[in-house]
Amino acid sequence: GALGGAVAAQEALVPNTWEEITTYNNFYEFGTGKTDPSDNAGDMVTDPWEITIDGLVDNPGTFTLSDLIADMTMEERLYRFRCVEAWSMVIPWNGFELADLLEKAGAQSGATHVAFETAVLPDVMPGVRRNVIDFPYVEGLRLDEAMHPLTIMATGIYDRPLANQSGAPIRLVVPWKYGFKSIKSIVRITLTDEQPATTWNKISDREYGFYSNVNPEVDHPRWSQASERMIGGGLFSSRQDTLMFNGYPEVASLYDGMDLTTNY
Amino acid sequence: MIDTINTFVRKIPTWVVYLLYVLPIPYFFYSAQTGGMGVEPINALEREMGQITLQLIIIGLAITPLRKYFGLNLLKFRRAIGVLAFTYVVVHLGIWVLLDMNLRWGQMWADIWKRPYITIGMAAFLMMIPLAVTSNNLSLRKLGGATWRKMHKLVYLIAPLGAVHFIMVQKVWEVEPMLYLAVILALLATRYKPSRKIAGARAGG
Repeated sequence: GALGGAVAAQEALVPNTWEEITTYNNFYEFGTGKTDPSDNAGDMVTDPWEITIDGLVDNPGTFTLSDLIADMTMEERLYRFRCVEAWSMVIPWNGFELADLLEKAGAQSGATHVAFETAVLPDVMPGVRRNVIDFPYVEGLRLDEAMHPLTIMATGIYDRPLANQSGAPIRLVVPWKYGFKSIKSIVRITLTDEQPATTWNKISDREYGFYSNVNPEVDHPRWSQASERMIGGGLFSSRQDTLMFNGYPEVASLYDGMDLTTNY
Repeated sequence: MIDTINTFVRKIPTWVVYLLYVLPIPYFFYSAQTGGMGVEPINALEREMGQITLQLIIIGLAITPLRKYFGLNLLKFRRAIGVLAFTYVVVHLGIWVLLDMNLRWGQMWADIWKRPYITIGMAAFLMMIPLAVTSNNLSLRKLGGATWRKMHKLVYLIAPLGAVHFIMVQKVWEVEPMLYLAVILALLATRYKPSRKIAGARAGG
């Protein structure tokens, strides 16, 4: 069945190279071109790094990254990464489950959503200086999505610290959603009782929904999402069919009873 | 000064222009295949070919105003520029069909009708075909100068459509494609002649 196919696809995952992963990025704070982030992100200082956790939590505050993640269980997760632009990679992340962090923060019972915010450092971010989009970049998840065991906070790739262009020192990774949901270089995590605003949804709500689950049947208005190209295959790499939820069917129950063509 | 340049230009054979633009095409492919265009070479190559198409169209549109306002005569290269623009757009489209879409005809067909930027790009390409086909002396003689010139004014439509296609493929409003459109519109504006009525009214007033 479909699950068998996805499992087989999972087994066949071959990670992209470090070079591929770190030279083809979207990180508009550093420019809109695919190589702008690797060209321009070098000056961002990621140590020390502080993260504010606030909103509906029992233990709010501003923490140094090292204190915050000292007791998290680090593991490697080999995930497919599907960009909304219809290309994809396979990335060996190092990180921990976001659920563990939210538990540590003490998410309160009234919280329904989690909002995230990227650093805004005009001195080292040319895209911020040019205001290419509205900064800070913001993203969000429903709390049950955030608590799902597949959702991780990544601090490394290939057992190396994240490159700045990959979202150093800490980023979100939600493998069944389009890549732009996996917000980079996070400085704030806020638990709320309403659906938070998200950057691409603010830019074009017709093209980028709050959920943005990978879905081959719901096209981006300007291009089809039915297929994708794996980065790294060179000039003659072939397109492959895009999988529902990017090949992670175990998340389907999060959306039981929802019409995914309207909740895109 | 301009006369010296014109004399020099007259000595350059047209094939030099063809060579200047045809030779890089295999090099672009070689560079793409050997990592010179990044880790996603198909998209990079596709965009490069599209951009050069637009640049050639802009050069072609610039020839008349360059002569009119600066006395620089590049007329002898205009056909080559047009034929080369068509060559590059064929390569651009070929990359899309073969390398980018892998002959997924269903998806391509749907894209042509459903995605305005592809619809516009395809329309501009189709309009370039009759111009390319008639870019020879025989067609010019058969059609007659007046008809031929009228027909080749299609480029006034093709050029802005190409630039709009370039603007629409971006995720946000990018400066570079906007500049292409601005330059094209400026070049078209140099061709604007007030209608006789208005000109007459002005002369009378």
